[in-house]
This record gives sequence, C-alpha cells and structure tokens, in this order.
Amino acid sequence: MVALSDYLILSAILFSLGVGGIFLNRKNIIVLLMCVELILLAVNTNFIAFSHYLSDISGQVFVFFILTVAAAEAAIGLAILVVLFRNLRSISVDDIHTMNG
Amino acid sequence: MKSVYLTLVLAPLLGAVIAGLFGKKIGRTLSHSVTILGVAVSCSLSVWVLSQFIADPGKVDNFTIYHWLVSEGIDFQIGFLVDSLTVLMITVVTFVSLMVHIYTIGYMQDDPGYQRFFSYIALFTFSMLMLVMANNFLQLFFGWEAVGLVSYLLIGFWFQRDSAVYANLKAFLVNRVGDFGFLLGIAAIFMFTHSLDYQDVFAQAPQLALETIDIIPGNSWDLMTVICLLLFVGAMGKSAQVPLHVWLPDSMEGPTPISALIHAATMVTAGIFMVARMSPLFEWSETALAVVLMIGTITSISMGLVGIVQTDIKRVVAYSTLSQLGYMTVALGVSAYAVAIFHLMTHAFFKALLFLGAGSVIIAMHHEQDMRKMGGLKKYLPITYWTTFIGSLALIGFPFFSGFFSKDSIIEAVAVSNIWGAEFAYMMVLLGVFVTAFYTFRMFYLVFHGPERMDHHTKAHLHESPLVVTIPLILLAIFSVLAGLVIEPLLFGEYFATAITVKPEHNVLQNLEFHSIIEFVWHGMLQPPFALAMAGWFLAWFLYMKRPEEAERNKQKLSIFYNILAKKYGFDEFNAWVFAGGARGIGQLLWKLGDAKLIDGWIVNGSARLVACFSGLLRHIQTGYLYHYAFAMILGLMFLLLQIWYIAPAP
Repeated sequence: MVALSDYLILSAILFSLGVGGIFLNRKNIIVLLMCVELILLAVNTNFIAFSHYLSDISGQVFVFFILTVAAAEAAIGLAILVVLFRNLRSISVDDIHTMNG
Repeated sequence: MKSVYLTLVLAPLLGAVIAGLFGKKIGRTLSHSVTILGVAVSCSLSVWVLSQFIADPGKVDNFTIYHWLVSEGIDFQIGFLVDSLTVLMITVVTFVSLMVHIYTIGYMQDDPGYQRFFSYIALFTFSMLMLVMANNFLQLFFGWEAVGLVSYLLIGFWFQRDSAVYANLKAFLVNRVGDFGFLLGIAAIFMFTHSLDYQDVFAQAPQLALETIDIIPGNSWDLMTVICLLLFVGAMGKSAQVPLHVWLPDSMEGPTPISALIHAATMVTAGIFMVARMSPLFEWSETALAVVLMIGTITSISMGLVGIVQTDIKRVVAYSTLSQLGYMTVALGVSAYAVAIFHLMTHAFFKALLFLGAGSVIIAMHHEQDMRKMGGLKKYLPITYWTTFIGSLALIGFPFFSGFFSKDSIIEAVAVSNIWGAEFAYMMVLLGVFVTAFYTFRMFYLVFHGPERMDHHTKAHLHESPLVVTIPLILLAIFSVLAGLVIEPLLFGEYFATAITVKPEHNVLQNLEFHSIIEFVWHGMLQPPFALAMAGWFLAWFLYMKRPEEAERNKQKLSIFYNILAKKYGFDEFNAWVFAGGARGIGQLLWKLGDAKLIDGWIVNGSARLVACFSGLLRHIQTGYLYHYAFAMILGLMFLLLQIWYIAPAP
C-alpha cells in the first residue's frame, strides 16, 4: 500500500527539481520549459493524491485543466523559442538579458 | 432726492459708455454731444442741489443705494452721503468738467482718439462723483482707484510717445505707494470699528482716540495717529505732496484739457477733500495734524521754487499746482478744513483757467510748449491774454480776486494756530506768496510780452483760438474773479457746521475777525502777503521785461541754486537710484539666487537628479537574467510562507 506521504514526498522532489533546474540551468531554454512542466506535474501529483485520499473527484477534474493549460503553454513556449532562435541564433539562457537596467 | 443723486452720478457714466463703446459708429459730433449732455445734466443738477443746501446748510442726505455684500454682519454697500461739503465738491467738479468738455472740442479737433478722449473724461467725472459722494470707505476707495485709473489712461493718452508711457507708468506706481497706505488706513479703521460706514466710524472716533496699537511689539502707538497718518499717505499720493509728488509734473505729458481737469482742478484735490471729510478723525490726533502741516509747508515752498526755473509752460503751471496743493494741506494741518476746501474751490477755477489758457497758447503755437520760443503773444491772442491775466491775478492773490480771499485766509489761519510747527509754516507760506507771484508773472511775461521769439512759420499762423476754447476761458475767468465772494458763509458762517468737525481748541477760524468783505480786503492789503505778492510781481517785471539780461546774469551767478532747482532737488534721481535701482537689484538677486539657484537648481533639477542617482543604484538589480528574477520570486514566496507560519499559525 502506497501511503499519501509517499506521493507528497515524490511531488516535493519533483517540484524541487523543477525549481532547481530553473536556477541552475544556464545553457538551454528548452530545459527551462521542461522544468516548468516538471513543476506543474508535481502539482498535479499532489492534486491526484489528495483527490484519492479524500475521495473527492473534483481534484482530478482540476488536473485535466492544468494539463490542458500546460499543453497550451508548452506549445506557445516552443513557438516563442523558435522565433527567438531565428533572431538570436542561440537558445542559451545567458544570451537573453536585453532587459537589464 | 435719491433719483436726483443717482441721475447726477450716472449721467456722465452713460455718456462715457456710449462714446467709448459706440464712438466709432456714432461719429465725433454725436460722441462729444452725448458726453457733454451727460456732464451738463450732472452740472445743472448739482447747481440745483447746491441751491437747496444754501437755503438749508445743515441738511444731510445719507442713504444706501445697493447692498453689495453682507459678510459676518459687515455690510459692504454703495450709498451716498450728501452734505454741504459734498455738494460744494460736486458743483466744482461738474462745472470744471463741463468747461473742459467744451474746451476739448477745440483742443482735440484733429486727434484720431477724439471719441476715446471724451469717453475717458466723462468716465473721470463719474469716478470723481463716486469718490466725493461716497458714504463709506469702500466706495471712497473705489472712486479713489477709479480716478487713478482714468488719470493713468489719460496721461498715456498719446501712447505712441515713449515719454507719455513713461509718465503714466510713473504716476501709477507712485500712486500705488499712496494707495497702499490709504488701504492700510481703511483696514485699521475696519479692524477697530468693524464698520466701513462714515457715520458709524465718526461716531466711534472718541473711543478710538483712547486706544493704542502695537505695530512693533512693545512699542505702543496712538491708534488715531496711526490711522490718520496712513490715510494721509493716500492723500499724499493723490494730492501730490512731497515726497510722492514726482508723478504730477510728468503727468503734463497728457493732453492739456486733462491737465486742467484732473491734474489741477479736481482729482489732485481728492486728498484734500478726503482729509476734510475725515476731519472727525484727524481732529483727535495732533501728531497727525502736525505732520500734515509740515508736509504741506515743505511742498508749498519747495515746489514753488522749482516752478521758477521751468521753461515748459505747462510745467510752470504744474509746479504752481503742487505749491497750491501744499497751501491747502497747510490749511488742513492747522484744522482750517473749511479754508482748505475754500482754496480748493477757488484754485479749481483759476488753475483750470490757467491750464486752459496755456492750452490755448499751445494750440496757437502748434504744440510748442517751450516759453523761450514764445513772447509777445498779447496782440495775437487777446482773449487768452486777458483771461490768463485774470487767472494769474487770482493765483497770486490780488485783492478782490478769488485767490486773495482763500490764500489770505490760509495765511491768517496759520498765523493764529498754535499747533506744533505753525511758526515755521507761517514763514514759509509768506515766502511762498512771493515765490508764487514771481513764477506766475515770469511765465506771463515770457509768454505774452517781450520780443517775439518764435520762428516765422509759427508766427504766420498765429491766431486766437475758436469759440469752444475761449468761451470756457471766459466763464472760468468770471468764476475766478467772483468765487472768493462766498467767503463769509463758507468760512465764518454755518455752511460747513455739520459737514466738518473741528475741536474748539483747534478752531482757528473763530480767532479771525471778519466783518465784511471790504474790510477783509482792506485788512489784507495792509498785511505782509500783499506786499510780498507785489514784490514778486515787480521782480518778475524787472527781470523779464525791464532787464532781460539780468535774469541770465543772475542765473549764472546763482548757478548752484539754479541747478538744484532745475534738478527738482534730485527726487527723480533718488527714486531712480534707490527705489528703481534697489528693486532691480533685489530682483536680480532673487532671480539669480532664489529662482535660478534655489528653485531651478535645487528643487526642480535637484529632485530630478536625486531620482536619477537613486535609480542608478537600483538598475544594477535589473540584470535581465530570468533565473535571477525567478530566484527573487522564490525567495519572496519563502519569506511570505515563513511569515504566515510564524505570525499566524494554523489553528
């Protein structure tokens, strides 16, 4: 029997990986997008775990919404990425700092 | 009576509005007709009212026309106080104004601003009537400022001339100084009596006289003295007393009719009238009266002396006006208010006459005003000659002429007064008689007698002025002779009994003996003033007729005095240097230090620089790297979470 805490620990690990990836990654914007995806999945895991634990179906409904949004976001993010690459000839995170003061 | 007074005041205003706004449409003839009609209505109504007051001098008509506003129980209103003093003033004002209106038809004939001029002088008549008929200080101040405004407009009537613009600005600025004092005086009255109404204020005068005021903490001053001196500062500005006299000679830049009307006969006497009207206040302050006396004495003698060295015909008459205003102020100083008003009246006639006579000469000379280029005009301008002669005799105080009665009464009043400085004033007014006679006949001989010094072109065109010019001259000449005959009711009768208040211990007139006019003249001819006037006349005749070369020789010999007088004691230079220069200096200082450095440099640009400096520090945080922002977000989130954890733990 897998306990609720196991799911929560897993999702916390996934979340931390996502956040850490955003901080540490200096090379690739695709990795950045993947990290965002990871964070969202960690949240989803939480939702499903609690939904099962509390026997409340609405948590799982929420997950569908999040997945939809995540898919849309990934599509837009990748589209932006393509345009960015065309302009900069690079997808390195270190090269994107035109907003500095 | 209400409607009579209203018509009297508003008729000239109506004329001014019609001529001013529709002058171009209705043309010249209709413009002057409508303004003259307005003033003629006023004049005839004034004469009618005067006749009623002669029958019953104690009558006082005091009523409110209109409540302008009521604030905290204080009533600001427009109303008329008509008593014997007012009636005399309005009669003089409207009569002289009517004469000047008629005269102007001839004088301004070829001027493009014809309608404008008529509009202004009719407006002036209205303002002056508002001033003298006021029953409260607010309306007095309105009239005071309105006549100042019209005076400004008329001095600068020929606004294409630089000198005229300079002169009207000067008049306006100098009058501001006086008006500021006047306004402070009214404010002081208002502060202590909570009323602007004459009769309320006068009724409270005895209580006011007991109070003191601390303007500089620890120095308490007599309240009544402060009020009277402040009011008198206003009178000094309007009536051109030293040291605020500097604007009057320059005001001669305006056309001659207004020199006669405003700057000789009526407006400049507003200060004299005001002090006489305020006699219930001035009587309570001997200090103020002594100051009034001193200022008047200094003005009368010093300005008369300057008149001796002037070469411009109008300026001689202008300095003579200053000197005569000084005489009136002297009379006020010795509490002989009735005498001051009497001299005001006679002076209005003969000085208007002299100015209009000078104007007639100026027309004949094609606007040449330098007396050194005149001479021998007697045979070309007979009417002007004789009327000016009458005016001159009245001015020097020749027996039976109006000036004799008024001036002699002033001198007699000063002689019997025992106020501080009266002895000095007596000496000076006596000397003034000599000086007056000298400069008057110097002008007279230079203009009308002696060799003809004008060029051939001017000489060929010399002729007497038209009827519209000479008729006012003749009428004024008649009044210049006869106006003195009313001395008995005015000074020794009951005419001013209700209008003017004099304390028994100040009442100098009761110490004068008066039995009949003949006796007064006879008595006057045995007194020093008559001898001095004759001496002045003789000296003028001797220096300018008999031995003209002596005049030039004496000028060389007394060049120090001549230069002092020609420089008019340096008042203009002093003002230009100290006040104008000082104001410019302060302005420069405030501009460079206050404006450029403090406001522009520190406040405006300084705050911008401060923002720039601060943001220069902040911009280093904005790296543009995504992970820095994300890190900041996470840190913030953690901070918030910790805060919730510790401050508001879950139940």
